[in-house]
Amino acid sequence: MPQLDDRKEHHSEQKAGVSAKVPTTDEVQIKTPEKICGMGHRKKRKEDPRFIQGKGNYVDDVKLPGMLYMDIVRSPYAHAKINSIDASAALEMDGVLAVITGEDLKAAGDLHWMPTLMSDTQMVLPIDKVVYYAQEVCAVIATSRYVAADAIEQVYVDYEPLDAVVDPFEAMNDNVIVRDDKEKKTNHIWHWEAGDKAATDAVFKDAATVVKEKLYIPRIHVSSIETCGMVANYNKARSHMQIYMTSQAPHAHRTVFALVSGLPEHKIQIISPDIGGGFGGKVPVYPGYVICAVASLVTGKPVKWIEDRSENLQADSFARDYHIEAEMAADKNGKITGLRVKTLSDCGAADAAANPSKFPAGLYSICTGSYDMKAAHVEVDGVYTTKPPGGVAYRCSFRVTEAVHMIERMTDIMAHELGEDPADYRLKNFIRPDQFPYKSPTGWEYDSGNYEAALKKAMDMIDYRALREEQKQKRANGELMGIGISSFTEVVGAGPSKDYDILGIKMFDSAEIRIHPTGKAMARFGTKSQGQGHETTYAQIIAEELGLPSDDIEVEEGDTDTAPYGLGTYASRSTPTAGAAAVMASRKIKAKAKKIAAHLLEVGEDDLEWSIDRFQVKGSPDQAKTIQEIAFAAYTNHPQGMEAGLEAVDYYDPPNLTFPFGSYICVVDIDKGTGEVAIRRFVAVDDCGHIINPMIVEGQIHGGLTMGLAPALYEEIVYDENGQNLTGTLADYLVPTAVESPKWELGKTITPSPHHPIGAKGVGESPTVGAPPAIANAVVDALWHLGVRHIDIPITPPKVWKLLRDNGVTD
Amino acid sequence: MSEHEVTLTINGEKVTRSVEARTLLVHFIREDLSLTGTHIGCDTTSCGACTVLICGKPIKSCTMFAVQADGAEIETIESLAAGGELHPLQEGFWEKHGLQCGYCTPGMIMSAKGFLAENPNPTEDEIRHGISGNLCRCTGYNKIVEAIQFAAEKLEAANAGGE
Repeated sequence: MPQLDDRKEHHSEQKAGVSAKVPTTDEVQIKTPEKICGMGHRKKRKEDPRFIQGKGNYVDDVKLPGMLYMDIVRSPYAHAKINSIDASAALEMDGVLAVITGEDLKAAGDLHWMPTLMSDTQMVLPIDKVVYYAQEVCAVIATSRYVAADAIEQVYVDYEPLDAVVDPFEAMNDNVIVRDDKEKKTNHIWHWEAGDKAATDAVFKDAATVVKEKLYIPRIHVSSIETCGMVANYNKARSHMQIYMTSQAPHAHRTVFALVSGLPEHKIQIISPDIGGGFGGKVPVYPGYVICAVASLVTGKPVKWIEDRSENLQADSFARDYHIEAEMAADKNGKITGLRVKTLSDCGAADAAANPSKFPAGLYSICTGSYDMKAAHVEVDGVYTTKPPGGVAYRCSFRVTEAVHMIERMTDIMAHELGEDPADYRLKNFIRPDQFPYKSPTGWEYDSGNYEAALKKAMDMIDYRALREEQKQKRANGELMGIGISSFTEVVGAGPSKDYDILGIKMFDSAEIRIHPTGKAMARFGTKSQGQGHETTYAQIIAEELGLPSDDIEVEEGDTDTAPYGLGTYASRSTPTAGAAAVMASRKIKAKAKKIAAHLLEVGEDDLEWSIDRFQVKGSPDQAKTIQEIAFAAYTNHPQGMEAGLEAVDYYDPPNLTFPFGSYICVVDIDKGTGEVAIRRFVAVDDCGHIINPMIVEGQIHGGLTMGLAPALYEEIVYDENGQNLTGTLADYLVPTAVESPKWELGKTITPSPHHPIGAKGVGESPTVGAPPAIANAVVDALWHLGVRHIDIPITPPKVWKLLRDNGVTD
Repeated sequence: MSEHEVTLTINGEKVTRSVEARTLLVHFIREDLSLTGTHIGCDTTSCGACTVLICGKPIKSCTMFAVQADGAEIETIESLAAGGELHPLQEGFWEKHGLQCGYCTPGMIMSAKGFLAENPNPTEDEIRHGISGNLCRCTGYNKIVEAIQFAAEKLEAANAGGE
């Protein structure tokens, strides 16, 4: 396995590539006509006809001849010794072919353990003990789904319960050791820092005002509507393993499977078919996948494993679970000068986070946000508890949501503490447009931004000043109304190969474009859409560059036998990496096309210029060759000495990350009797640079906002003191419906990324990152005059009602 | 396990099959009849991905046995464009970007079809309540609501034209 040299390494300073001052606009740029439908067009999605007719092809739709089914026996304890496993009764049942235990996997070549993406280890199946509730204990292989489900009830496991450790602060005392397989008998996993401690301490010493707060960002679950699953199909005669898998990163998974199993990588084909939502939850390799693949290897037959929703909620990677202590300093003018943060990251029973290898706390050090300050210092410690391992992103770039929630809450607390309006306070403290590219105190180089433009637009849209007047009147009448702002900065598009890798594999991404003789094209990518609309947006990028109608371009992803190698889709990286690769590959094709055009027109290359879909002779546009004519010539009449064909591949290594941003304003009314928070209006102004398809961008923002609303008001994974999951079904884990979800109001500004070849930044996760603090800030704003400074999310009616009762507002 | 003969009409076609008493309708539809447009997203009747119409009413097919559907008329997503032309709801979802990953979409569309049959001219709020038994994780629902409004208008216009 590729290993990390040093887990505790501070991340090196981000070196940007090209950076320049870029103007902000609010008009989407369209350069191609409707028939070509390049960037900026509201093109209807190419993938939709199959989905709206029920003709998608998801993993559970895959049915192979002779296919067997797998079901998993799971632990009823969060921490227990396993004395024995008796599978004899299960094995006697009709239709049961095998029961696979940890011992079996050990005998098959130490497959009972696997590496996590963070180079920690995680049990596939246990031999001695279990370390979380619902942990995989053994698996049954049977001829039908129903027989397998019956058979897991006939496996008798003798457990000896051990003390659970659910609270990460208690875990730090090492009274109960979660991972006694490790040499060091401690639950402490890693310590990580960013920023300048001495400079930060000095700033705090000189501060006129310091505010402090403890914030908990609770454990949540992505809960994509499709759960995880696999069909593994090992062909003994060909020594070939074909795997259909709910994977956001099929190539990376193929390499992991090859390294773990010892199967040669060219004999493994991973197909990630249509995926029913990912949000980070389909980045990790779960034990079920490994067992399923082994089951097919052992039986020589196709084996299907599809999780139940309860298994998905109870055992698959969680997100968040950060316990934060933050301090913010300001000078006598109220200018923010510094930020000091200590955080405990509850990792569960393994550090199975899906972060780039060198970033155990992800990109959390983006936590100075949109504000210009002198110094900052951030420390994070990772700790084991007897809870399922994680954590994944939940529709956000690595740990950015936690960072944004903290800085936006702290800024709001500071503004209220100083008696300043939260909007004016932000405008006073923003990084100014002329400061970009901006070097942050924790080492980032923000590519471009115009924070005041976004906030002012949101204020205009919602008529902010009038709302403040209304709030005054309401308060005088004893009504509770709050206005909350979040002016977030995202960091996406991982990432530059110098710093970003997953298990040693650099985080580039790829595009391969082949233009057929008749001018139609096939484009394949290393990413994998889970609903983002890549089949449409990638085609629009290529259409923009080459002038081929986007309807003439077939986009394909997810089959490792045909797609170029890439690291997959998560952390809003597809447009910044593979989208850029599509541009670069198109430009390679265009360079060759120019030579062919020059040959066909019998002129020099310097005499030609590009116009939308053709090369034309400068000064006489009638003399031209369209991209289709050039494509035909590439196969029928190419210049002597030139290779035939018209195709290119590009592996794009971004020079820097991209930094989308936005300002959200939320208005809430609170019911004094029940503590219920009603969102009256929510205005979201996003800036994701140049827009490829405005309709898809709006859809991404709407969805992201609802996934921001969810943890703000509803969702949390809750455990009891024994580590039992109390929210293990969708009846207990409250995913918002259309009724809870408000009618989102969108606005936009466009500040292109100076280093991305089409100035795009990525957008799928910004709203999930930006929305929760806008909602939390609105609720606290409604209650500040009662002495309420902070409420941890999810802000449920009982929490608010208790505060109202404690403050004498309600009985 | 006892086996029972079930005869029902699905998407206009009469089928007879022998099934175990415990076979869930959704598994019968997906596996015995190979109509995989109907999906499964939970085990507590919460998500609605498995919604089909039984005698015109939206039903979560994960919470009904196949034997209970004996004699019933079932419509799944596969029936909607059977004539080769998209149903106004399918058009609406495509036109208004009412779907992203597509997994909840068949259940959402069937739910909306049952709802519009009862309430052909709904307000936005009524639509939101009408689809509140169906979860979508991708879209934030705004564009699903617009898709259903689009279909309601189109269906209304078609009905007015037909009168």
